[in-house]
Amino acid sequence: MKLKSLSAAAVAAFSLLAGTALAQDIRIGAVLSVTGPASFLGEPEEKTLKMYVEELNAKGGIGGRKIHLVTYDDGGDANKARTFATRLVEEDKVAAMVGGTTTGTTMAMAPVFEDAQIPFISLAGAVVIVEPVKKFVFKTPHTDRMACEKIFEDMKKRNLSKVAMISGTDGFGKSMRDECVKVNARFGVEIIHEETYGPRDTDMTPQLTNIRAKNPQAVVNPGFGQGPAIVTRNYRQLALGAPLYQSHGVASKQFIELAGEAANGVRLPAAALLVADKLPDSDPQKKVAQDYARKFTETARQSVSTFGGHAYDGLMILAGAIQRAGGSDPKKIRDEIEKTTGFVGTAGIFNMTPTDHMGLGLEAFKMLEIKGGDWSLAE
Amino acid sequence: MSPDFLQFLMSGLTVGAVYALVALGFTMIYNASDVINFAQGEFVMIGGMVTVFAAAAGMPLPLAAAAAVLTAIVTGLLLQRLAIEPARGASPVVLIIITIGGALLIRGVAQVAFDKQFHKLPGFTGDAPVNILGASVVPQTFWVIGGAAVIVLLVTLFFERTLMGRAVLATAANRLAAQLVGIDVSVVMALSFGLSAAIGAVAGILITPITLTSYDVGTMLALKGFAAVVLGGLGSAAGAVAGGLILGLCEAFSAGYVSSKYKDAVAFLVMIGVLLAMPRGLFGAAHVERV
Repeated sequence: MKLKSLSAAAVAAFSLLAGTALAQDIRIGAVLSVTGPASFLGEPEEKTLKMYVEELNAKGGIGGRKIHLVTYDDGGDANKARTFATRLVEEDKVAAMVGGTTTGTTMAMAPVFEDAQIPFISLAGAVVIVEPVKKFVFKTPHTDRMACEKIFEDMKKRNLSKVAMISGTDGFGKSMRDECVKVNARFGVEIIHEETYGPRDTDMTPQLTNIRAKNPQAVVNPGFGQGPAIVTRNYRQLALGAPLYQSHGVASKQFIELAGEAANGVRLPAAALLVADKLPDSDPQKKVAQDYARKFTETARQSVSTFGGHAYDGLMILAGAIQRAGGSDPKKIRDEIEKTTGFVGTAGIFNMTPTDHMGLGLEAFKMLEIKGGDWSLAE
Repeated sequence: MSPDFLQFLMSGLTVGAVYALVALGFTMIYNASDVINFAQGEFVMIGGMVTVFAAAAGMPLPLAAAAAVLTAIVTGLLLQRLAIEPARGASPVVLIIITIGGALLIRGVAQVAFDKQFHKLPGFTGDAPVNILGASVVPQTFWVIGGAAVIVLLVTLFFERTLMGRAVLATAANRLAAQLVGIDVSVVMALSFGLSAAIGAVAGILITPITLTSYDVGTMLALKGFAAVVLGGLGSAAGAVAGGLILGLCEAFSAGYVSSKYKDAVAFLVMIGVLLAMPRGLFGAAHVERV
């Protein structure tokens, strides 16, 4: 009996100790799609967060307090994401959140963090996340509307005005297609023909045959995953001569590998990260991008993609805000995130304002062209 | 024939040939065991993925392909022995659910054993497109269509000319009677699963240079293959092949001539139309209740 109460006391003492140790940590949550259809986004994001939290802690944490990262894998499922978001708020009591790999999971989680008044930096693309502005929700990747604008801007420079589109029917492809048809007129670009393909389709030659018949001056392919790689291969197979534009959704080395020879000559808007070594030395992003690319390739042993870069940007913006807020009060951290100015990240230079919770301008996108199986700057 | 028509035709035949091979795999297992094996798409995945990884490890392509077919056969046999056999006599719905479970397991293992990325193989005879009457076709297309034709021919010969093939047909017709005349039904079952896995794997190897592959390509292929089976008539090998080709051609022609938005819808409309007119599918035999 005595022994039992003694051990109970010991357990209590230990848990108290553990409790105080944890209370000093700053707890940051992350719900990512590490498995499932968006795993190629979620996996590098998770690796990046772990890598840099470790690095921050090795340097002594933020303001002397260690960071405790709590991650969950939603498998790309918005329902699961919401459940995990609630758990982060209620059980893990996080001070802030970085994550939300897809637009779907982000939009499912946003209300949870809005209600709990905890800042949430999303890593997903669509414009709806920050438009209209939600007080506690931010994002680091470029939007699909910016990708459309960058592509049309490039077309305008090259005097290409009659354009065809072939878009994936997945969330990303659909969303970007809808944004493109909203902004094309501003750049004097006319969309003369449209085709679609399913996310699991294996042959797009019928659609491209129809596009070829309309003789467009350029073709845009909003989509991600393997679809754009097949479109690119079929495009060359049918010997379409017009320039082909892909989106930032395929901004990883894997696209070049899959599309092979056919990828040469393809243009796409993407973050500076992909061409870190080719940037002029005067570019303020060069060092940040090079450092991240080096660390990621060394630690994760896979080639760098922009997706992990968005996680880096999110974490570092948050770290800066926590530093300035001088503690783990979620509301103060939120205010400081909104005041982020001149932060040089992998995606561009961030200037957040109360009306802009992304903070990137169009210049954050670089127009790239694939040449000889590698990225190069087209501008 | 206009060049566009020919382009659509080749696209439809290529995609259709793959559906046909998956459908053929469904049919073989269904005939021998009454099981609709939803892990059929996973054999296609194994074919592609094992070849990719074996080739990346330095194996010459033919050897890598052989290793892939072997892996698929072993997987098929294990599936039959460990999952289907112990549940003998269970209702068809239970057996279908077991195969779905098997498919999930295989996919999960592939995800860990390989990775979650997409992969490609080089075309067997190059990737430079050739021009046929104005249609531009990659050489691999001929491998897919030709390969599918050879497999269909071999399977037909096997069933019609060999004792073992006839034993499978006999088991399909009446299991009890087959057992009574001395056919080892468990061997027949194992044979059908092994053969069906091999066909799936070969299909996977043939199409990977065109369609790319990843650990989860099997799901969609199983669904399309099953649609082809239903269209052609459950249990008929000729029906499976016809169903696959019709489905592929429907998709290609509706994407080309109607609208790519309604491509799948048109394919399914054709299917519903056929099933309304011929509820047993194109080649389906009148259903006989086994007593």
